Amino acid sequence: MENSVAYEKATELRLGLPGIDEPAVLSSVKNNKRPLHDEKSGENGKSAENETAPPSKAQIVGWPPVQSYRKNNFQQAKKSESECGGIYVKVSMDGAPYLRKIDLKVYKGYPELLQVLENMFKFTIGDYSEREGYKGSDYEPTYEDKDGDWMLVGDVPWEMFIRSCKRLRIMKGSEARGLSCSGV
Amino acid sequence: MNYFPDEVLEHVFDFITSHKDRNSVSLVCKSWYKIERYSRQRVFIGNCYSISPERLIARFPGLKSLTLKGKPHFADFNLVPHDWGGFVYPWIEALAKSRIGLEELRLKRMVVSDESLELLSKSFVNFKSLVLVSCEGFTTDGLAAIAANCRFLRELDLQENEVDDHRGHWLSCFPESCTSLISLNFACLRGEVNLGALERLVSRSPNLKSLRLNRAVPLDTLQKLLMRAPQLVDLGIGSYVHDPFSEAYNKLKIAIQRCKSIRSLSGFLEVAPHCMSAIYPICGNLTFLNLSYAPGLHGNKLMKLIQHCRKLQRLWILDCIGDKGLGVVALTCKELQELRVFPSDPFEAGNAAVTEEGLVLVSAGCPKLNSLLYFCQQMTNAALITVAKNCPNFIRFRLCILDPIKPDPVTNQPLDEGFGAIVQSCKGLKRLSLSGLLTDQVFLYIGMYAEQLEMLSIAFAADSDKGMLYVLNGCKKLRKLEIRDCPFGDAALLEDVGKYETMRSLWMSSCEVTLGGCKAVAEKMPSLNVEIIDESEQMEFNLDDKQKVDKMYLYRTLVGHRKDAPEYVWIL
Repeated sequence: MENSVAYEKATELRLGLPGIDEPAVLSSVKNNKRPLHDEKSGENGKSAENETAPPSKAQIVGWPPVQSYRKNNFQQAKKSESECGGIYVKVSMDGAPYLRKIDLKVYKGYPELLQVLENMFKFTIGDYSEREGYKGSDYEPTYEDKDGDWMLVGDVPWEMFIRSCKRLRIMKGSEARGLSCSGV
Repeated sequence: MNYFPDEVLEHVFDFITSHKDRNSVSLVCKSWYKIERYSRQRVFIGNCYSISPERLIARFPGLKSLTLKGKPHFADFNLVPHDWGGFVYPWIEALAKSRIGLEELRLKRMVVSDESLELLSKSFVNFKSLVLVSCEGFTTDGLAAIAANCRFLRELDLQENEVDDHRGHWLSCFPESCTSLISLNFACLRGEVNLGALERLVSRSPNLKSLRLNRAVPLDTLQKLLMRAPQLVDLGIGSYVHDPFSEAYNKLKIAIQRCKSIRSLSGFLEVAPHCMSAIYPICGNLTFLNLSYAPGLHGNKLMKLIQHCRKLQRLWILDCIGDKGLGVVALTCKELQELRVFPSDPFEAGNAAVTEEGLVLVSAGCPKLNSLLYFCQQMTNAALITVAKNCPNFIRFRLCILDPIKPDPVTNQPLDEGFGAIVQSCKGLKRLSLSGLLTDQVFLYIGMYAEQLEMLSIAFAADSDKGMLYVLNGCKKLRKLEIRDCPFGDAALLEDVGKYETMRSLWMSSCEVTLGGCKAVAEKMPSLNVEIIDESEQMEFNLDDKQKVDKMYLYRTLVGHRKDAPEYVWIL
């Protein structure tokens, strides 16, 4: 038997997504004259201990008074830039005495990146295919992603790659071949 | 009584250029009115609904330059629905039918359709200058018409407009014969541009002084453009992302060094911060630097850049500069007059990086400071009092504490005393925006001291009608008053309705004014348009006078109710 209070809450009309206990977007706080979080208690929001992310403050329409053109611009910029400034990652090559660093933001896609790597370490990368990885050379470009796994460069879309790449490693020889087999 | 022939008076009037002064001149006597109106070339209309195009044309047959403003200021913050009004088409249509030889059109917060741009481009042979600020409703097709048809175009300046970018070849529409460009600003366009056409256009524009590029213009194109236009005075960089060891970067360094006339720099819409050293050679001459669209530039790189800009008079930046960065500004930019600090993340108040400390540092280091827009995390009365003492020359003082009713964090008091100090010290203050926890007291101070105040913006402030009354009674030069979320009701609204005729406009939203109160104003003052904006359609079903009005906008007008209002706008 459903608790009637819970049932009421579930069907309550509000602006948030169902199932989330977020404060609704307000158009004014005139009667209250306080922002939604209780400043005096020093907390930043209700039931903070139940949420893993910092609790979101309700958004007051038209506040802060930033021109909507500027706000839209920042939303766009946020989408297109994963971090402010460059994304510098270390590049190591098996057998090379020292590592290099490159800024992934500077390149528009995989072909450019691979070209730069080839020039930097003086070697050639084979041709990429989804099925068989890089064919035609002893070297395979790989990268460590956010989960700590070593992945073959080229499998995911470029934008996703630059967001998840932590470091690059150009593998050589048999180890490389093991990675590109379409089995494991 | 004229002791001089008309031509002499006309010649004298030529030296009077400010709109205010020319308006005053026209009021002296009938013959001065006549001479003034025939000789007037530039007209400024602060509210496009205050007068009609027909009357404008009738009075000023020699009109060459028209400036029009449409939507109220709070439209910038999404408080005014998109199709509220401010359409430019009827103006262009009327001007086109007349004999007016329009040469310059400057629009702000207006709705501009492609049809209007096309009509504009075809109707005025000598059209020279189009400036659109915060406008909307047009696409790159409209720009193509301007480019193609305005044979003597000198200026195309697009600032912060929402443009539907069809990625068309509007730049290619400038004919080969067009060599008259002085100013080209398309930074707000989001789409690709034909880079080859841009290069050729710049090459054949020897008078080009101002060039602001959009994000789609890459670095190597920038380098080519600078090589062709070393005479530039104002530059807006689009994309500034490259490898510091590349050939392109070296070429850019050389190109920039040739541009010895650049005094104003903006853009960096995409930026690689480690490459700013190429800019250093021109920093020493800059008087205006706008980095407010470059969130990628902060920390040490930003500070190092600013340290090179000793002659800066106007600086627009993001709050990621931090209080420490503002300290660098204070030490370096001794000529600074205007500072604008924008929030780098408008949605997350908690991450704001500047506080009262940064402002105090700048006020101490930059005694010429007279114009401020400052978004910050917090402010104290003590800081404001210090700022008021350090900088008594403020003309514009706009403070936005991101948390709208935050008190002084040190004393937990409202910020009345702080703002009071500002208005008392800055006797020339013309524009003021308040924020933070504020009671009626601050308005008492404003009414008492802000004698030159022309524009006041209030949000989430005051305790009672008294606040609004202090302002209306005290500020004799008030022209624009905009209020949101304050407990001002009918008593304040109706106290002195004659006052509104001396002002351009009054905006009140989420206050306590009722439908009855607004009706009373409209009844007593036929020279005002009193508009109720009600998108929720409550007004349709419930015409109870006691009902609170969500948004009211009233303005003086000579031409009565406008005919182009949408359904949800009620003009009383």
